[in-house]
This record gives sequence, C-alpha cells and structure tokens, in this order.
Amino acid sequence: MFRSHLLWLIVGWIAWTIAPWYGFASSRQPILGGWPASGLLAGLDDAPWLLPLGLFLALPVPFVATRSRLVGPALVVAGAGGLGWMMLQGVAIIHKGWAWPFLADLFGPIAAGQPGMGFGAMATALAFLFFLTMGLAARGAMKGDRFTTGAIGLLVASISLFVFWPVSTVFSQAMLPDADMSGPAALIHRLTAKDIWSLGCVTGTTRCGVVWNSVVLGTLCGVITTVLGLAFALVATRTTFPYQRLLRLLSVLPIITPPFVIGLAVILLFGRNGTVTLFLAENFGLTATRWIYGLPGILLTQTLAFTPIAFLVLIGVVQGIAPSMEEAAQTLRAGRWQTFRRVTWPLMRPGLANAFLVGFIESLADFGNPLVMGGGYEVLSTKIFYAVVGAQNDPGRAAALGIVLLALCIGAFLVQRRWVGTGSYTTVGGKGFAGTPAELPRWLKNAVYATALPWAAFTFLLYGLILYGGFVENWGRNNTFTLRHYVTAFGLDWNQYGLLWTGRAWNSLFTTLEVSAVSAPLTAAMGLITAYLLVRQRFTGQATFEFMTMLSFAIPGTVIGVAYILAFNQPPVELTGTAAILVVCFVFRNMPVAIRAGVAAMSQLDKNLDECALTLGANSAQTIRRVIMPLLRPAIVAALVYSFVRAITSVSAVIFLVSARHDMATSYIVGRVEIGDFGLAIAYSSVLVVLMGLAIIFIQWIVGERRIARPTPHAPAARPQEVAA
Amino acid sequence: MTLATRRLAFATTALLGLALGAASANAADLVVYCGVQEEWCQAMMNAFTKETGIKVAMTRKSAGETYAQVKAEGSNPKGDVWWGGTGDAFLQAAEDGLLSEYKSPKLAELHPWAQRQAADAQYRAVGIYAGGLGFAVNTEVLAKKKVAEPACWADLVKPEYKGEIQIANPNSSGTAYATLATLVQIFGENPAFDFMKQLHGNISQYTKSGAAPAVAAGRGEASIGIVFMHDGVTQTVNGFPVKVVAPCEGTGYEVGSMGIIKGGPNPDLAKKFYEFALTPKAQETADQAKSYQVQANVATPLSPHAPRLEKVKLIDYDFKKFGSAAERKRLLSRWDNEIGNLR
Repeated sequence: MFRSHLLWLIVGWIAWTIAPWYGFASSRQPILGGWPASGLLAGLDDAPWLLPLGLFLALPVPFVATRSRLVGPALVVAGAGGLGWMMLQGVAIIHKGWAWPFLADLFGPIAAGQPGMGFGAMATALAFLFFLTMGLAARGAMKGDRFTTGAIGLLVASISLFVFWPVSTVFSQAMLPDADMSGPAALIHRLTAKDIWSLGCVTGTTRCGVVWNSVVLGTLCGVITTVLGLAFALVATRTTFPYQRLLRLLSVLPIITPPFVIGLAVILLFGRNGTVTLFLAENFGLTATRWIYGLPGILLTQTLAFTPIAFLVLIGVVQGIAPSMEEAAQTLRAGRWQTFRRVTWPLMRPGLANAFLVGFIESLADFGNPLVMGGGYEVLSTKIFYAVVGAQNDPGRAAALGIVLLALCIGAFLVQRRWVGTGSYTTVGGKGFAGTPAELPRWLKNAVYATALPWAAFTFLLYGLILYGGFVENWGRNNTFTLRHYVTAFGLDWNQYGLLWTGRAWNSLFTTLEVSAVSAPLTAAMGLITAYLLVRQRFTGQATFEFMTMLSFAIPGTVIGVAYILAFNQPPVELTGTAAILVVCFVFRNMPVAIRAGVAAMSQLDKNLDECALTLGANSAQTIRRVIMPLLRPAIVAALVYSFVRAITSVSAVIFLVSARHDMATSYIVGRVEIGDFGLAIAYSSVLVVLMGLAIIFIQWIVGERRIARPTPHAPAARPQEVAA
Repeated sequence: MTLATRRLAFATTALLGLALGAASANAADLVVYCGVQEEWCQAMMNAFTKETGIKVAMTRKSAGETYAQVKAEGSNPKGDVWWGGTGDAFLQAAEDGLLSEYKSPKLAELHPWAQRQAADAQYRAVGIYAGGLGFAVNTEVLAKKKVAEPACWADLVKPEYKGEIQIANPNSSGTAYATLATLVQIFGENPAFDFMKQLHGNISQYTKSGAAPAVAAGRGEASIGIVFMHDGVTQTVNGFPVKVVAPCEGTGYEVGSMGIIKGGPNPDLAKKFYEFALTPKAQETADQAKSYQVQANVATPLSPHAPRLEKVKLIDYDFKKFGSAAERKRLLSRWDNEIGNLR
C-alpha cells in the first residue's frame, strides 16, 4: 500500500459524502440544517444518479487495505468507471432535467435537473483521476512513477476540459448551415472566401487577403522582436555595460503596459497631429501625413510590446550557455567570431526558435494594437473580433477565420520544430568548473549596442510621455497640470463609516489583482510541469499533447472568450459569471509561454543531472524539486511574470468573461479609450504599470537567482560548485 | 506520497477553494448588461438603486458584444436586462427569440420613434433614446487648410476633403451600417453606392469602432468624422474644436433600446428596472453623465448640449427592413465587393 493510495481514497470519500457537491455559478437549496448537499445526501434525496459513485469509491478499498497485488487493476477500473459515470450523468442531466428528450422516454421523468459541479464533485473527479493514474503506474506505466502518470493525467484532463472542449465547441460553428448552403458547403465557402486569400494587391487594384497581411506582420514582428530580444539578452549577460539593471527594467516595461496605451502614445507622437510630426512639419517643411496608420504603426507597437517576451525567453538561454564550451573553442584557437558563430549561436537555437514562435503567434493573436494603429490594414484577429461582435454577427465566419489563424500558427510551430531539430543543446552539466563567458567579437558587441540602446532610449521616452499624459488636463491640447484623472480613478474619502473607496477604478483594480495573483503561480506550475514532461519523459501521444497545450495560445482571445461562454455556461461545468472562469482562462491561455520558457531552459540541462539524482535514490518529484527547479529559476521568473502581467493586461478574451462583480481593469480602460478620454485611461494604466513593476521585483526576490558555478567577468575566481551540492 | 505530489495536490485544492470562494454571486441582485458609456451606466444604476433599494450588478459592453454574449448564454441566461445600445442589435436579438415580450403601461408617454421600435420588435424591446447621424468637424484643421465646412452629404465628395474624412467600417460598426442604410434610403440603392465609391477617395481610414471618427476629428487626425451627432458633442464638451453638422439632405438616426432577457434569473426585478428606465427621472441621468442623446420619454427635459432633433431633417428610417438579418447581409456583402475591396 502506498500512502498516496490511501490519501486519494480518503479525499474521494470526504468529497463525496461531506463536501458540497454543487456550486460555483449556481447551487441547490441546502438540505439537512443548512449544510449544502453533498453527493451522498443529494443522491439519497432526489438525485439518485449520484449513488453509484459510492460503488466506484468502495471498489479499491479492500485491495488497498489488504495490500493485494491486484490493487493496480482495481484502481484502474474504479478510476475509469467513476470518471466515466460522472461524465455520463453530468452531460445527460443538466439544469433543465434530461439534456435530450429521448432520455426521458427511456428512463422516465426526473424531479429536477442539477446545477453545475461544485467543490465536492470536482474533488471526487480528481480522486477518480488519480485512482486511474496510480493504478496505471502500479501496472508499470511510465516505469511505475506515480508522479509522472499523475501529472500527465491531470494535465491531459484539464487541457481536454479547458482547452479542447471549448475550442471544438466554437469551431464546430464553422459548419453552421448558411442560408441555402448545407454545413460542409458553408464551411468550404467560408474557408475559401476572397477576402481571406485574395492576392489582389500584387496583381491589381483590390486589397490583399487578410491572411497575407497577418503573415507578413507576424513574420516581421517575430524576426524583429527576436533580434531585439537577443540584443538585450547579450547586453545584459555578455557585456560590461554599466546600466544592465536599468536596461533590464526598461526592456520589461512594455510587457507590463496595458494594451492601447502604447498605441495612444505612438499616435500622440507620430500621428498627423502628433508632437514629433508637428515639430518636423514646422521645422523641416515636411507635410504631415498619416503614414503611421497601417503596417508601420502596428509593427512598431507590437515590437514595443513583444520584445520583452523574446527577451525573457532568451535571457535564460543565453545565461545558461556554458562558457566552458566557448573556452574550449578558444583554446582550439578559434577567434571570437568563430566561437560565436560555431558554438554560441548554435546553442542558442532553441531559444531563438521559441522566441520567434512566441513573437509570431503573439502578433497574430494580438488585437489591441491593430485596432488602434491599423488604419486600412486588416489582420485576422480584428476581422474575427468583428465577425463575432460587429454588424455582421456571423459566428460561422468567425470560426472559419479562427481555423485559418490556427492553421497559420500550427505551420509556424512545425517550421520551428524542424529548425531546432533533434540536436543536443545541453550546456549545464554536473561538472565543476564552467569557465568564463567569452567576450563577444568587437563588431558584434557594437552592433548589439547599436540595436539595444536606441530602442531602450525610445522606450524610455515613450514611458516618460505616458506618465506625463496622466497628469495633464488633456494631452496634446491643454497641458496644464492636474491630478483630476487620478482622483477620479483612485479617490479615497473618509467619513464616520470609515474609509470610502470613491474612485471609479478600485473595484476593477482589486478584482484584477486578485485574479492575476491566483492565476500566475498556477500557470507557472502547470507550464513547467508540462515542460518537464515534454523534455524529460517519453510517452505515446506526446506530440499531440504538446500541440494541444499550444492550442489556446494560438487562438485569438475573442474566440476563446465566446468558446468559454458556450462551453461553461451550463452544467456540468458551469462557471460563467464567477472569478473562477477568469482564472481558468488566464491559466490556460498563458501556460504556453511558461511551457516555452521551461522547454527552452530545460533542454540546456544535462540529463546526467537527473540520472545522478535518480541513481542516488531520488524519485522524479524529488529530482524536479532539488535539481531541476533551482536551475530553472530564470524560466520560473519568466513564467510567473508573464502570467501575472498578461492576466492584468489582456483584453480580448476577457471582454466576454467579465461580469458585473468581476470586472477587469482592461475592459474599463478600453471603454475610456473608446470615447477619447485618454487622460483617465493613461492614469489608470500608469498605476497598473507601477503595481506590476513592484510585483516583478517581488517575484524575483521570492524565486531568487539561479546560481550556476560561473565566475563573473569582474571576479574571475571560481566560486564553489553550488549546483550539484 | 512524495512532497511534490503533495504540493500538486495542495495547489489543486487551493485553486478549487479559491474558485469556490469566488463562486456564486448573490442571486437576488439584478443583472444588467449596459450598452452606453460607462459613466452613464454608473449614473443610471445608482439612480435605480437609490429609487428602489435593489442592488444592481452591471457590466458594460458594446451592443455587438452584448448581443454575442446574450446569444452564447442563450441556453442558460445569466443576465436580466439589456439596457442601451444601438437598436439593430435588439431587433436581431428579438428576431432570435432572446428577449421576452413585455408591454409597459408607460409606452404611451414615449416619443413615436420609441413606440415604433417596440412595435418593430414585437414588444420584445423598446426605444429609450435616439441620436441622429451627422458630421463631427474639426474647425481648427479646416480653417488652417482654408477649406469650408461641409453642410451636406454631397459636399463630402469634393476634392478638397481628400484624405480628411473618417467613417467606421459597416462590417464592424452599427454606426457605419446606419450610415449605409441612410444613404440608401436618401439616394436610392445604386446612386448611394456610386456616392460611396466617390467618397472612398476622400476617406483616410475606415475605423473599427463607430465613435472612433469623432475621437479622431477631435484630435485632428482627421478633419471630418461621420458619426452619431451626440458622439461629436461629447468631443466638444471635452474641449476639442469640434463642430457638429447635420447634413442638409436629411439624415438617419438610431434608436437605442432596452429589452428583458428571456429566461433571466430575476424576471420581476427586471420589470421594475424596465419601468424605472422609462421615467423622466431615470432618463435625466444621461445629461449628468455627458451623454447627449434625445431621451424617449416626452417629459424628459432636453439637455442644453443635445443636438436638436426637431431642427434636423430626419428621414423616415425603415428600421424593420434595414434591421433584418437578410437585408443587412445583402447590403454588407455588396459594400464589401464594391467598396471594401478597393485600395
């Protein structure tokens, strides 16, 4: 008998007999002295379909108690049976009673339907899931490692529930019959529409299809952000640049900026009536034009917004490259350039590929910047948004466009995998001394400075202006100093009842911070465990698994938002209107970045380290905690920061999921921008930027730095080895 | 059981616990989807709570977003009332059977256009405010360019306005669709499309959101925005050099509406809100919140800033025809083929 067997048995029994079975969005009347109905009590009352679950919970008990050798099969049967039964009854009996009329004919009418699953039901389902995985482990799956099977089971189950199910619900709408067309005909018609694929801009006078616009934009954005991110990463790790810390902070600023704000600042600088434009027009006699609207503007704002993500992915990789290899190259008389070209560069490939992939997909799925800066340049994400909410109200078209977008992302994903290939990128091993990082070739160093520093200066300027914009009456027209916007948003008052939060922004601010704080650690944990499974374990269906984890990232937020409503608005999993749906949405939307950062960093760690730990008697969970985790600190920071920040700044998915009690900061800011009240929007954004900056410092402090035995360029004395200690 | 498994279990439990803690709002509160500006939404909900003591949980979204949400939630509605937003979306929702039929005793107190909206929607929606289409003109920019202000639709195609005009894309914006329908009703369908083709040469950008051209005109990014006049007035009140012009040939208008969501959790409270929203007391909140539409109740005093609809030549806008899904789809695809595709 393993303790984990006993634990999950107990969890299952408590969850079924005592914990409130229903809940979240709506629940049943409490019975028995106000205690909400548990599975058992509801089963005895008027939901008899919950009683068979007791059988599945009871089945493994004798085997576990007698330490029978048949405990494995028993757990598998109980787990699979219990899960299956829960799914069956959940889908068949919804809030209105039987989900389909023929069931009523078959089994007779029932008194009442059932609300969505609550705490008790979820915990019971979890117990059944772990029965199944523990049973499989006992039968020898994954070398009998219960942690690995459990993690795979949990991830597969949750990704199926929170990604695969909603996404397939919404994509099935692409098959909706249209006017005189049958389903499949409508699908083909929608997928081949002229406004998606037309090449008119090359051959004639019409516009090009929206796919080409998106691909051009995404590729440019991916390349530029990767190059800039790499430049920043090299400056921060491989040079003696004096203000590295400041540079790091600056490069992270755009990621913590709510959407629209960068776009607004860029318009107020470079728009036809912008400060820079007017200055140039007056002093150099240039005509003020609207060149910024369209591809240049979108690219500029997206580059500002996504470079930090590339930087976060790349810095871990660049840091992790073992200088010993470079030293070996130099000992073998390679020049600095040869070393960089033949050793450093190839070792960075997984990082570069992952950074590009993230940049490309982010650009395709981004919706705020094309909205503000787009001009006549249409991209898929905005087209999808307006197919859902616009005057067309055409969900079928939106779903078809979503499929096209997804196909593009899959294409990029496959190209990326090919390019990285199957080579070995291990650079962090168990050996003691790792050497001094090679200096960059001089011209490369200059090039890196020339790329990173002007960009940093530009970012700095932009943020100065944004901060300034919150403190003036009406930016661009009336530049008198005022605190009006801050008072409107964050006013406080004091009366006989105590402190009054009179500002209009407090509500959404508190919800935003709460939801983000809950979702960030979950995202990071799930992402890194997934990364571990992808890099370190081999199991059948791994490629499909990896693809499924990327799914929610590649789909624009609008589609995800509608998908979540369609899937989670009614039992068995009823979450709309709760904060939980926001948390779940963020976790599964932001997880891919955590996975990418984890995969990139983990492919650098020598497998020998794991094997050493395993040889010394550690199991896989201990190996993760004691060996891999400490070496993954940059990836953990990246994952935490990204998921926290993205939960605060994302708009498109959230628009459909916010509810009266759970409004988010961004949807409030968007409303202000829409009517041109830029001052309040900017003031609110500034406050968010400061809060997120503090949060990042806090996260770095909590997680700590990775300590690889590696001398700094200033202090060449090698420190004692801390890694394998 | 290992430490990491225990942590995993702990994290999962924590997630569930938090989800449970955050779960289940107080079922007695009225849930309102609000489709006008956030400030007005707030003012209106506060007024209702003050009047009745009923707490309101309000979410603000655009009409299109709310329609998409109400439709997606159709199997198990979460909202009670949908208040505010352009009338087309309401007619569509009424057509889809998402709103429930209700005839208020106050119908007789309303302007004829508001009553007609109710009749068109088979009493599943009612008009609560109206606003006419017009031009938001940046007088500063035009004066600098020494170009006269436009007075009529026909002026807009003059060569001196090249690159100066913005309008939203009718595929995304109800405002722009209303403009399209208005032009078709004023000029007839074929001449209207010829007009829009000429106009295309003067347009610098088809924006996504309907009010964006007004913001652009305020900032001087464009000098003329084709928008609802009250959106232009908001810019003027915010201190931008914007003048609102009503076209001389006549113009179309929108009827912002309200409806009770079918199968919502609190139908009785929804009716209370509905009745309150039709009183002058409720409709006065618009002016306080810088929204300058004309209110539906005849007795509501008109804001001094509001564009006077009685001085504007309003066309006899056929909401029923142009609000129907089929006609909308036909006109939009014609627009896509003849104008949206042009470079």
